[in-house]
Amino acid sequence: MSGTVLAEAPERAAATAPTPPGRRARPARRWRRIVSPVALVAAWEGAARAGLLPAEKLPAPSDVLAAGARLARDGTLTTHLLDSLTRAAVGLLIGGGLALVLGTVAGLLRLGDDLVDPPVQMARMLPHLGLVPLLIIWVGIGESLKVALVALGAFFPLYFNTYAGIRDIDERLVEAARACGLGHLARLRHVVGPGALPSLFLGLRLAIGAAWLSLVVGEQVNAQTGIGFLMMEAREFSQTDVVVLGLVVYALLGLISDLALRLAERRMLTWRRGLRAT
Amino acid sequence: MATRTSRDLTGPPPVLTARAVRRSFGPAAVLAGVDLDVAPGEVVALLGGSGSGKSTLLRVLAGLDREATGERVVRGTAAVVFQEHRLLPWKRVADNVALGLSGPDVAARVDRALAEVGLADRRRAWPAELSGGQAQRVAVARALVREPDLLLLDEPFGALDALTRLRMQGLLRRLRAEHGFAALLVTHDVEEALLLADRALVLDGGTIAEELPVPLGPTRTPDDPAFGALRRRLLDRLGVPAP
Repeated sequence: MSGTVLAEAPERAAATAPTPPGRRARPARRWRRIVSPVALVAAWEGAARAGLLPAEKLPAPSDVLAAGARLARDGTLTTHLLDSLTRAAVGLLIGGGLALVLGTVAGLLRLGDDLVDPPVQMARMLPHLGLVPLLIIWVGIGESLKVALVALGAFFPLYFNTYAGIRDIDERLVEAARACGLGHLARLRHVVGPGALPSLFLGLRLAIGAAWLSLVVGEQVNAQTGIGFLMMEAREFSQTDVVVLGLVVYALLGLISDLALRLAERRMLTWRRGLRAT
Repeated sequence: MATRTSRDLTGPPPVLTARAVRRSFGPAAVLAGVDLDVAPGEVVALLGGSGSGKSTLLRVLAGLDREATGERVVRGTAAVVFQEHRLLPWKRVADNVALGLSGPDVAARVDRALAEVGLADRRRAWPAELSGGQAQRVAVARALVREPDLLLLDEPFGALDALTRLRMQGLLRRLRAEHGFAALLVTHDVEEALLLADRALVLDGGTIAEELPVPLGPTRTPDDPAFGALRRRLLDRLGVPAP
């Protein structure tokens, strides 16, 4: 158990660290932080226009955007995007759901902890993307492979954070709730659930990150649709602009999902903002 | 633990009766047969050195310790205030006070309890936005709203600064005069015990080693000579040498 906590700590730190500076920065600083990304993109555009960057290696950002507009107009982009999103959603639902159930069982019940946690701890040592060959043998190279990979990627971060979230709840608060006459179910609802929620959010954010990563790898194995397929196909026809477009789409998907989750977190964990303010 | 329905022959039955309460942690017996009564409306201070088992006894009496043996009867309702406020950080002040309550008039009862501790305007605040003294007052309101016959207080002002502690002691005296609840006050502070209690008990060696009535009347000050004499006696019993 202590091993888990130690192993999880850096992940946790990495995930929470980037939030404070941006939010607290004064407007002037916020603008200053935009300068270097804009300069980089401008330099890239300039270098491509000047012929310093050969278009077949790295096309100009404007060309990538143009490719995006072209594919969006004829509906290709939407079709592939929807397929990728479906895979991610189904995988997340399966892996995340399983992680929530098992993490809760292991976190709440001593028996569950003894039965569930050891195999999960062992399985965690396997790099799940390294399982691709085995998964191909088990479930073939079709949709199930992609979904299985996403589910596997999403499972572990959410499981560990659910488990830790429940375990980290202050025993004294549970006792106070008992003293107020709350039974088992009421304690789950008023103390354990809300107390584990910050950890659940963190787990979900890590799980979604892992899901996109798994999707990228999965879609490069014999996909017929999806953003990954779009990129692999474009590579064969040397359409570098579409390859880069695929990368941009993946990045945007990660960014948007993270932002959405952070927004939800801020709405549901208002009490923590009060905590931060004092 | 067994429950008992028999009552004493004289006077009203005590709100709290404990007999032969024992609790061990491994080989160490922290409570070795504690007998205790608290009469209705009576404030009893439970003194003892650190590690004497005061808090353990209070947890047993509050019904929060399932491994203790012996007999414990509470006639009526009991509520607990801990040393730390133990408010749920994810619930607003009013929801913390209302924890575990049901019925149509909960909101009104919560408002009344908060008004009594002087925090009617903080009902929408988060616990993290309160000062230590305010949070502890909310904890008192959370106990008060249950209209307890017995208040179990585990060093409730121990974590507060000296000034806030004095104010809280005044608040407790006022609330007790208004509501007439009985209280068992665990404390290591002899002055606090003498300011608030009708009777003081000293827990030592796992049993009640000393029982001392505190006949000081409603208005008390530490300057009173009788107060000083009682303080000296309790300090002696607690093993604190005279200066």
